[in-house]
Amino acid sequence: MSKKRTAKTGRRSPLATLALLTVGLATTGGAYALFTGTATAETTAVHQQLVDDGEKLFVANCATCHGMDLEGTETGPSLVGVGAASVDFQVGTGRMPLQQQGPQAEEKPVQFTEEQVQALAEYVASIAPGPEIPEEEYLTGKGDAAVGAEIFRINCAMCHNVAGAGGALTEGKYAPALTGTEAVHVYEAMLTGPQNMPVFNDANISPEDKANIITYLKYLEENPSPGGFDLGNLGPVAEGLFIWIFGLGAIVAITVWLTAKSN
Amino acid sequence: MTTTAPQAPATPVQSEPQLPPTRGQRFTGAAANYIDERTSISGLVKELGRKIFPDHWSFMLGEVALYSFVVILLSGTFLTFFFQASMAEVEYEGSYVPLKGIEMSVAYASSLDISFEVRGGMLMRQVHHWAALLFIASIGLHMLRVFFTGAFRKPREINWVVGFILFILAMGEGFTGYSLPDDLLSGNGLRIIDGMVKGFPVIGTWTSYLLFGGEFPGTDVVGRFYTLHILLLPAILLALIGVHLVLLVVNKHTQFAAPGATNDNVVGVPIMPVFAAKAGGFFFIVFGVLTLIASFFTINPIWNYGPYDPSPVSAGTQPDWYIGFADGALRLVPPGWEFVLFGYTVSMNILAPVAVLGLFIVVVMLYPFFEAWLTGDKREHHIADRPRNNPTRTAIGAAGVTFYAVLWAAASSDLIGTHFRLAIEHVIWGLQALLFIGPVVAFIVTKRVCIGLQKRDREIALHGFESGRIVRLPGGEYIEVHQQLDEYERWKLVAYNDYQPLMLRPNKKGRITLNQRARAVATRWFFEDRIAPVTQSELAAAHAHGDHHGELEGSNPSQGAISH
Ligand code: HEC
Ligand code: HEC
Repeated sequence: MSKKRTAKTGRRSPLATLALLTVGLATTGGAYALFTGTATAETTAVHQQLVDDGEKLFVANCATCHGMDLEGTETGPSLVGVGAASVDFQVGTGRMPLQQQGPQAEEKPVQFTEEQVQALAEYVASIAPGPEIPEEEYLTGKGDAAVGAEIFRINCAMCHNVAGAGGALTEGKYAPALTGTEAVHVYEAMLTGPQNMPVFNDANISPEDKANIITYLKYLEENPSPGGFDLGNLGPVAEGLFIWIFGLGAIVAITVWLTAKSN
Repeated sequence: MTTTAPQAPATPVQSEPQLPPTRGQRFTGAAANYIDERTSISGLVKELGRKIFPDHWSFMLGEVALYSFVVILLSGTFLTFFFQASMAEVEYEGSYVPLKGIEMSVAYASSLDISFEVRGGMLMRQVHHWAALLFIASIGLHMLRVFFTGAFRKPREINWVVGFILFILAMGEGFTGYSLPDDLLSGNGLRIIDGMVKGFPVIGTWTSYLLFGGEFPGTDVVGRFYTLHILLLPAILLALIGVHLVLLVVNKHTQFAAPGATNDNVVGVPIMPVFAAKAGGFFFIVFGVLTLIASFFTINPIWNYGPYDPSPVSAGTQPDWYIGFADGALRLVPPGWEFVLFGYTVSMNILAPVAVLGLFIVVVMLYPFFEAWLTGDKREHHIADRPRNNPTRTAIGAAGVTFYAVLWAAASSDLIGTHFRLAIEHVIWGLQALLFIGPVVAFIVTKRVCIGLQKRDREIALHGFESGRIVRLPGGEYIEVHQQLDEYERWKLVAYNDYQPLMLRPNKKGRITLNQRARAVATRWFFEDRIAPVTQSELAAAHAHGDHHGELEGSNPSQGAISH
């Protein structure tokens, strides 16, 4: 705010700016000193509240499979140490709570509100630490798309296809299409490696490069194919079907019409 | 060209009042004269111009192929102005953001520049690629038409072979073109070819080294493929298209049996001017359809694939549709077919599908000679068969199409898996079974359907259509009135060749040759189930019966009848 005002009144003397700055700094600094004590107390209280809510939700919705103490059961793996990121991904994309056993947990409409997801994540993380929900700065899509694209081709394209259109894995499992996936979930997927996806920790792909991948995926989403409709980016199969059905179909229809006319 | 076809009467010329020639007419007249005095081309034009083309939609498929080829030549020429077939490394500086600053080959960079920097380049690239897909698809459909109507019979066997070689060459053109942009997709395609070549015992590895100028991928292959793609293959292709068309003119076009259309004439419109004008118009229609498709639909988004690098492979990596059957054959081989012999790995997983595909191709190419041998028919055939009138051939064709289709589907086993929620293993197993069962089922079903249709034709030829009109006779009896066909309609139903299984007879020397025995077996298989065409006497008998009493439902005396 203060920056904007300075820019607008460009004719003010530098001294006045300095004075203003000092006053501003002094007041904010003082206020900060005054409030931090209570603020931390308050956050811990809020945090505890979240964890408690999370526990209740967990017991009601997840414990049947994951166990009361997250230790896992026959029907669900242990969640000790999976971290807030994993819970936020699994619940935030609707995969959890799991509804039916299948080759892999499917995406479904999300069943909880944002606060509830956060509560669940906080609760699971409070039992044992694990990967955190990523910082906002990595999710803006303001990285380097070219670097992201290259890393994506090397690490992700074999399962998700170069354009993130998805692909088949063995035994009915598949890597889903990545269009429409929120940046935070993309990051968390890399961090936690859901199900058949490998984990890409920060040593494999640095947080900056993860941000670059997100930038690339955002680029694909925001820029439709420069060549026209992309036929689902499914590659030559879609193109072949298209030319047989619509290309040759149209031409044959025209030949039939032409010869019918002349007879 | 000693026998010129008797021609159908041309459209009557309207007599117009004689006007003095306009300036334009005088000019064209003078120009035509000038050219003719120097080339004597008018004889050729007259001869060619009097050629007749029958009119049926399926006879235009070959034209579609020809016109797509012209479109390919035109758009391809444009592309050569900008494409650089070099595998030297450069840093991309073009306008596609997600590739900025990436190291890539000059070939890939120039393909990207054609797409993003050259005005109209994207359209031309897409026209070129879509036209290539349409080219081969229309050849395929054209071949099916020729096959199912028996248009490959004498005197057109050679042209079938020429056409078939064109099909193979077109695939070669397609594949070399697919490899030129040097993106990830084309590199993956080359890698598979490299693997297949290396799978051959003894010569494999050396052939691969020769092709790639060293270890795959090397830095030569794009340049070499470029030479093949724009020089050698198109030259052969053009020459063979020339041969194909000359043979077409020499052999004349087949036609369906129709009033006045016999084995000795061709009924249709003369090339000059009617057919030529129509063909010219049709060229622009094909061009137009391709341009429309290319303006609205992306094909081969090379910018997504990134530069070729041997390590990454994208999910959903497939060849263009016409190579799909080969890819599918590789995918259908069960695991574990390689074995080690004297310290060498024998890659049956590659050799077996390659052998099967090679055999398939040879069988299709030589089929006309097989049928000629089998029927022993030395006559010329200018009347196209209706597919149902040669049930066994049609059934063989259906079996072949099924076999090809299963291989083709196998190339997209992964997409079938994801789109129909199936495990890819199950898709593969299903297709493996289908590869063997499918053709057999297709054969049997097609043959039955053909014979059923023939029976119905016979019925209609003899007794006419059921009119749906029920009449009560004075005696209280109900009959349905059958509407008789006119002569022209009936001709279409009864005019076809009837072959019979060969009877074994000793030849002049009193011996039965092995060849005769083989033919006897083959013809029995081919012609055992057959419906003879309606004969004149049967027709007369049926009519004598029908004229007096009309037709009673369900009381048909003829042996070929089916129950209603
Ligand atoms: C019907 C049983 C079931 C229920 C209910 C269920 N889960 Fe799961 N959950 C599973 C199974 C099974 C897996 C393992 C999935 C796999 O690997 O295919 C899993 C995996 C997870 C994972 C990923 C573990 C990892 O290693 O990263 C998280 C996180 C998770 N569940 C959280 C939850 C939460 C939170 C809930 C409640 C909202 C919940 N689940 C409800 C069965 C269940
Ligand atoms: C071995 C194959 C494989 C690789 C490599 C892989 N993934 Fe995945 N990915 C999967 C599978 C399988 C899932 C589905 C998991 C599930 O349903 O829980 C998935 C899910 C995802 C999701 C969630 C999509 C959604 O719709 O919710 C994202 C995002 C994702 N992957 C991103 C990536 C990125 C980025 C990379 C590269 C750094 C990558 N993946 C590499 C297999 C893979």
